[in-house]
Order: sequence, then structure tokens, then C-alpha cells
Amino acid sequence: MANYILNQITDTAAITKRNLLRYVRLPQLIFFSAVQPIIFLTLFNFVFGGALGSSGAAIHGKYINYLLPGIMVQVTMFGGLQTGIGLATDMTSGLITRLKSLPMSRSAVLAGRTFADSFRNIIVMAIMVGYGYILGFKFYKGILDALIMLAIILLFGYSLSWVSAFTGMKSKDPETAQLASFVFIFPLVFASAAFVPVSTMPKWLQHFANNQPITYAVEAARHFAIGTPLNGALWKLILWIIGILLVFVPLSVYTYRKRA
Amino acid sequence: MSNQPAFKAIKVSKYFGEVHALSEVSLSSEQGKIFGLLGPNGAGKTTLVNMLSTLTEPTAGKLEVLGVDVINNPNQVRKLIGLAGQFAAIDEYLTGEENIYMVARLYHLSAKEAKIRTKKLLEELSLADAAKRQVRTYSGGMRRRLDLGASLVGHPKVLFLDEPTTGLDPRTRSELWDIIRDLVNEGTSILLTTQYLEEADELADHIAVIDHGKLIAQGTSRQLKSQLGGDVIKFSLKNKNDIEKVMAVLKPLSSGKIIYEEKDNLVNLPVGSHGSRKLIDVVRKLDGAKIETVSFELHEPTLDDVFLNLTGIKASEVAEVKKSKKGWRK
Ligand SMILES: Nc1ncnc2c1ncn2[C@@H]1O[C@H](COP(=O)(O)OP(=O)(O)O)[C@@H](O)[C@H]1O
Ligand SMILES: [Mg+2]
Repeated sequence: MANYILNQITDTAAITKRNLLRYVRLPQLIFFSAVQPIIFLTLFNFVFGGALGSSGAAIHGKYINYLLPGIMVQVTMFGGLQTGIGLATDMTSGLITRLKSLPMSRSAVLAGRTFADSFRNIIVMAIMVGYGYILGFKFYKGILDALIMLAIILLFGYSLSWVSAFTGMKSKDPETAQLASFVFIFPLVFASAAFVPVSTMPKWLQHFANNQPITYAVEAARHFAIGTPLNGALWKLILWIIGILLVFVPLSVYTYRKRA
Repeated sequence: MSNQPAFKAIKVSKYFGEVHALSEVSLSSEQGKIFGLLGPNGAGKTTLVNMLSTLTEPTAGKLEVLGVDVINNPNQVRKLIGLAGQFAAIDEYLTGEENIYMVARLYHLSAKEAKIRTKKLLEELSLADAAKRQVRTYSGGMRRRLDLGASLVGHPKVLFLDEPTTGLDPRTRSELWDIIRDLVNEGTSILLTTQYLEEADELADHIAVIDHGKLIAQGTSRQLKSQLGGDVIKFSLKNKNDIEKVMAVLKPLSSGKIIYEEKDNLVNLPVGSHGSRKLIDVVRKLDGAKIETVSFELHEPTLDDVFLNLTGIKASEVAEVKKSKKGWRK
């Protein structure tokens, strides 16, 4: 048993390393992952900032304080969704035939990819914090809460990596995997508290927006970053994360095993 | 395990919907030998290799590797085999060293053992100089060697090589042949698929010919050739009038009808298998009868002839078919 767990760890570490090396060798992947949040932050801050600067979305006087946690959740989710695209690409490469013929853990191929994508998310988040500070953002609750905020977002993104791993395994090619992710993710992101307060939405949409995981993630993140009320968002988010992992880890691994 | 066949397929079929990639194929190979699976593009070679190496399951039938059931104990089989698939299974953006090291870790060698194994394999495959270079800078031959190296990391007892030399130039190909021969000399059992007749002829102890998912012939290269009636001794006569005498004298030595092509002044004497041994008798008989000949030659049928006979496709045409039909990729 101890041996089994040790092998799982070795396998996952070896695959994670391979994926990270690819990120190092293909720095454009990291580059565009970093440019995307900078563009989002800039656009949203200056396009909506003026209109929302004096509303409920201007915390401590600035929209950027409200905006940054929201965009960070969104960008990290998009980062998590890269997992499926990466895996779908891997499945079309020859390497996967070798991995399948090795006496290695079946889940490591997927887990190694999710970890590598989380590493990339860490880099992207660091860039966002730096750029956010330039735009006037500030953590108001101290370093510990700031770290909790980042951890929450990272974990949420990680759980979505597994949803994405599943769609990636189900997709015939990387393009389909990409489309499949974005079709679901856009309505979820925009009908949430990520960019604007839910109270500004029509009633029917508020119901949806108030009870979906992205809103929980954003509200929890905002609480630890700038001190807005938590409203139980943290526990609901953690339950969502556990639920997503419990469903999608086994489902993805099963699909990988079955996929020829 | 010691007296089990290296691998065995019993009435194995694999259907992809309408496509019958393999139909009731039964094969078995002795340990320590090279088993050549010969067939044109789309014959079902990769499908069989994929099933034996636990990548896909058959629709029907049973597969074993060294007596271990592939479908019920895939993990045990994975510890016995190495696979170098038709498409190089290596990461372009990793160096040669990183590729092998990763596989070594996936075989659960310790970090230190993995380093040693990586170094050794890269040296053995003359890739030590390129060890620190990304694979995308490698030549076709280097990739193949690296891929082969990755398949050897776990000291496989049975090695599956799916078209290992396709697309390589003749020199690189013969280098790879030497490596394959060395492996067999060290006791590895090999299943080698190929579209090249010379390759099967050159390397394989036993050859199975498949086409359209069906096994159409098997045996040693010699047996397959003798299915065509064996060797033919060809010679010309100094004096064309001797032909009557030739027919009479050589009749007891021939294994079939002696044909004289008058236009080219060419005697065709079929002698069955082991033509080279009969050669000397033929020469003696002719000498004894004072018949003078010119341009004496022993013509062995090539696998080319066998292939043409069995599948209706010439080896040269196989390459054409391959070009026009885009290869299937998973
Ligand atoms: N995953 C698959 N789905 C559908 N058809 C397939 C699949 N894999 C192989 N085939 C078909 O099965 C046949 C045998 O293919 P393959 O084993 O790759 O042949 P070979 O390796 O001898 O060229 C071909 O007709 C091929 O198109
Ligand atoms: Mg093939």
C-alpha cells in the first residue's frame, strides 16, 4: 500500500515535470496566459470603472478593489480549462501510447497535467497582483488573508481542471475540447458576482447568480482580499470544490482508461 | 514462464464499427526470436501490436504475453513488455535525456538508478552527444533510436516494434537492424511489424503475412518462398542443339517442369528448396554429359514474389498505396 502511494506520487511528479518543462520550452504559452489577465484588468477597470466608480462596486473608493478578485477567479478558471485542451492534445500525440503501455498509475497522466496547470496559474496570479497594485488595488486584510484568498482561487481553478480533464478526454480533438469548455464557462462567469454586483441584475438572474459556485468563489476571494461580507460563501465553495473533485476525478480517469 | 511462447494470439478479432481491423488471427512466437508481421498499410499490424501492449482490448479472442493474460492482467503484462510504436512516442520539447529519465521514473526506478539507466541507454544508442538537446532538433534516425531507448528502459522481455524503420534512409535502417539483432542476442523476444519485405527476410525468424485483417500465410522466410515452388537454376547453352540432352540428363534433378526459353536461350530448372545444394549436382551432370553452359545462376524467389502471390500487391506498389491513403492516427 505504502509502495502503491509512493508510486502514484512518483508518476504524478514525473508527468508534472514533463508538462512544466514544456511550459519553460514554450514560453509563449505562459506569455499569453499572462497577457490575457492584464488586458482584462485594464479593459474592465477603465471601461466599467467610470460607471461603477461611485456604486456598490467601488470598495474603498476604487472599482479595481472589487474587480481584481473577480477577474482573478475568471482568469484562473480559464487557466483550469486549459487542462482539457492540453490533454486532448496529448491524446493525439504519440507519447500517450507509450504512457499507456507502462506499468504506471493511470491517473498520473491527468493529475500531472492538472498540477502543471496550477503552477501556471500561480505565476499568472502573481502577475495579476503586481499589475493590480499598479492600478491601485490593495489587500486590506493583511498577508495571511491575502494568502488564503489566493489559495481559495487556486483550489477552485484546480477543481475546474478536472472538469476540463473530463471534457478533454471526451473530445475527439483539442479544438472540440476548447469549444466545449467555453460554451459552458461564459454564461457562468458573466452571470456571477465577478464583474458587477448581483443586485444590479434582474430578479430571475439573481437567483441563478447568487447560487452558483463562481459567485461563491468571488465573494470568498473578495472577503479575504478587501473585507466584504462573506455570507457563508467559503463553506459553500469548499463543498462545491469537494463535490466537483469527487465526481470528475474518477470520471476523467475512467474515461482515460477506456479511451483507445 | 520459461517455456511459454513470447506472445500468443488466439482467434483475436478487433472491430471498429464496420471496419474489421483484425479477423480471427491466431499467432504464437517462441521466446528469443524475432517474429515478423508483414503486411501493407491498413492490414491490421498496429491494431495487433496495440492489443498485445495493453493499449486496446480485442473485440473477441484471447491474448497472452509470456503466458500472462493480457486482458485480465494488463498491469503484469506492462512490466514484461516494451513498446516502440509506429509514431515516435517522445516529447519534442524535452531533451533526449529528459525523455528517457521520465520513462525511467515511470518504471519506478529511484532518481539515482534512473540517471544511471538514462546515461547508459543514451550511450548504447549513440545519443550521448545529443542528450541535452531538445528532441525537435533530432533527425529521423535519432528519434527512432531514442524511442527505441525509451522502450528498453524497463529491460523488457518482449519488445514490440511497430514499423521501426519506416521512413528511414537505408544506412540508418541498417544501423537499427544491428541494434535489433543485438537485442535478440541478449535474449529479448521481438515482434516486429514491417511493410518491407527485405526487412522481414533479413531479421525475422518467423514471418506472418497479414492483409485486410486476415492472416494469409506464415512460416520461415524459406518456407514462404518454397510455397512458390522454391528455387530455380537458370543457365544458357553454348550449343542450342544440346537442349534435348539437357532435358534428359537433368530430369531426375528437377522438382517440376524444365522450361527452355528458346528466344533468350535460357534453361529454367526448378529444383525446390535448398537450390544451392543441388547446384553442384547439376553442374556435375552437365559436365559428365559434356554439355557446355554459360551464365549459370541460382534464382531464389524473394519475399517480393511471395507477397505478390498472396496479396496481389507488389512491394513497390505497397509504398504507392501508402502515399495515397493517409495513415490512420488515433
Ligand atoms: N481507432 C480506429 N477506429 C477506426 N478504425 C481504425 C482504428 N484503428 C485502426 N483502424 C482501421 O483498422 C484497419 C487496420 O489498421 P492498422 O492496424 O493501423 O493497420 P496497419 O498498422 O497494418 O497499417 C485500418 O483499416 C484502419 O483504418
Ligand atoms: Mg500501423
